[in-house]
Amino acid sequence: MVETILFVLAAAGALAGAVTVVLARNPIYSAVGLLGTLFSVAVLYVVQLAHLVAAVQVIVYAGAVMTLFLFVIMLIGVDKEEKREENLPRQRLWVGAVAGVIILFAAGVAVFGDFAWVPAATGPVDQEATNGTVQAIAEPLFTDWVLAFEATALLLTIAAAGAVVLAMFRRKRN
Amino acid sequence: MSWPEFWIVVLRVVATFALLLLVTLINVWAERKILADMQNRLGPRRAGPWGILQTVADGLKLFFKEAVIPRRVEIGMYLLAPFLAVVPAFLIFMVVPWGRPFTIGGNEVALQGADLNIGLLFILAMSSLAVYAVVLAGWSSGSKYPLLGGVRATAQAISYEAAMGLAMVAVVMFSATQGDGGTLSLSEIVERQAGTWGDIIPALEPVLRFVPRWNLFPQIVAFVIFFTAIVAETNRAPFDLVEAEQEIVGFHTEYSGMRFAMFFLAEYVNIFSMSAIAATLFLGGWNGPTFEGSVPAIVSGILPTVWFLAKTYLLVFLFIWVRATLPRLRYDQLMQLGWKRLIPGALAWLVLSTAVISFRQFGPPWSS
Repeated sequence: MVETILFVLAAAGALAGAVTVVLARNPIYSAVGLLGTLFSVAVLYVVQLAHLVAAVQVIVYAGAVMTLFLFVIMLIGVDKEEKREENLPRQRLWVGAVAGVIILFAAGVAVFGDFAWVPAATGPVDQEATNGTVQAIAEPLFTDWVLAFEATALLLTIAAAGAVVLAMFRRKRN
Repeated sequence: MSWPEFWIVVLRVVATFALLLLVTLINVWAERKILADMQNRLGPRRAGPWGILQTVADGLKLFFKEAVIPRRVEIGMYLLAPFLAVVPAFLIFMVVPWGRPFTIGGNEVALQGADLNIGLLFILAMSSLAVYAVVLAGWSSGSKYPLLGGVRATAQAISYEAAMGLAMVAVVMFSATQGDGGTLSLSEIVERQAGTWGDIIPALEPVLRFVPRWNLFPQIVAFVIFFTAIVAETNRAPFDLVEAEQEIVGFHTEYSGMRFAMFFLAEYVNIFSMSAIAATLFLGGWNGPTFEGSVPAIVSGILPTVWFLAKTYLLVFLFIWVRATLPRLRYDQLMQLGWKRLIPGALAWLVLSTAVISFRQFGPPWSS
């Protein structure tokens, strides 16, 4: 009952945000719409008892990434309405057609088919086990997958250092 | 979920919300009164005894004031921003336990909005959302001064959030050694600070018998960094460039009436909730002597809440004391303190604290 209400509210929020991203003339409103979508998806994660994923979604995407987006939009000064001409002719038509086919396929599968790729959850959810999601994720991450975890950390550090180096290089040439 | 459980959840949230509004009412008055004492003034004394109704009077005044909307504002975001400031401020306090759980009619009632497994991450998430109010308020005002003020305030909040998070990590790692595995739940962190250090270190029992088992003592550096960071996070003096009297460039320059009051409310709610979080992480939350058995059960049931409020108000007083004592920083000094002192300091403390914890747990690295 509570889950259904939460799902409907969050799903409506996510869709409204997504529509705003596409329709808003002002990029700031698009960014705030995207923020709304990300936050609503976080609520959907909470409904699925994935608390840690929801927290990470809000901290990383809604918090850090979107602040960066807003800053870039504001500082570059794109706070005017965008021009309506398109550089790639008929791109919306193509994207719309592809998206329409995918949505039709998904709807068809959902209505008619037994979708075997993603098996549905079987049996009741063990509240106690899933409620400790931090521990449940941390344990395999720092034991079985510690090498992948460390490699990702290294990769991100290299990316950050690389960005700094590129920025410094350009400034020197000027 | 049965009906009693449902009503308990509703009651918990409403009670937490009401507590927050009540303490904010008192905090504004307390700040003005304490500040007045420190500056040898009288402070508010007309409205009610000792001027205690001053906040109510101010609130009513702001409520009935005309809310001027400048012509060049971006109206949607302009109206939305005050709400974006208030909502995260209230949500942050929802995960802080403000009393010992008690049992009524077979149902356990935790005095806490929600006991989340990810409590600390929730706090970080909400405080990162609070930044949007500042950005959007500054941008949507349609004037270059609020825009500059908003950009500055955001830079400040993001810089000090890093130091705050790192100090939190040190506490979480230490707290993990005090019980069965690590935890991010605030109620669990509080329970791990029960008792005294004398119980843990028997060798020094006579000395440490009266020293409570707070994280403050082993994590004193983290506390100093955390407290400095939360003073900056809440835009309080000496980090209050965002709203200082001589600075024209505050992000809420173009707001008036109730919309301005909402930014104001958010700031005072944040002061209290951040103090409450510091009290929970470092000062043992609601832990304290309850004199079980020698006093009526109702008294020992209420005492934890009293301890919690006492510790939180100690920190709120520290906020006000700092404001009365320290001169305001310049903007470049503010950034230097954040990036060149606090963040490296927090990193160094984290490494040191980790090294000590691993040494105590695993011995020297060359031992097998």
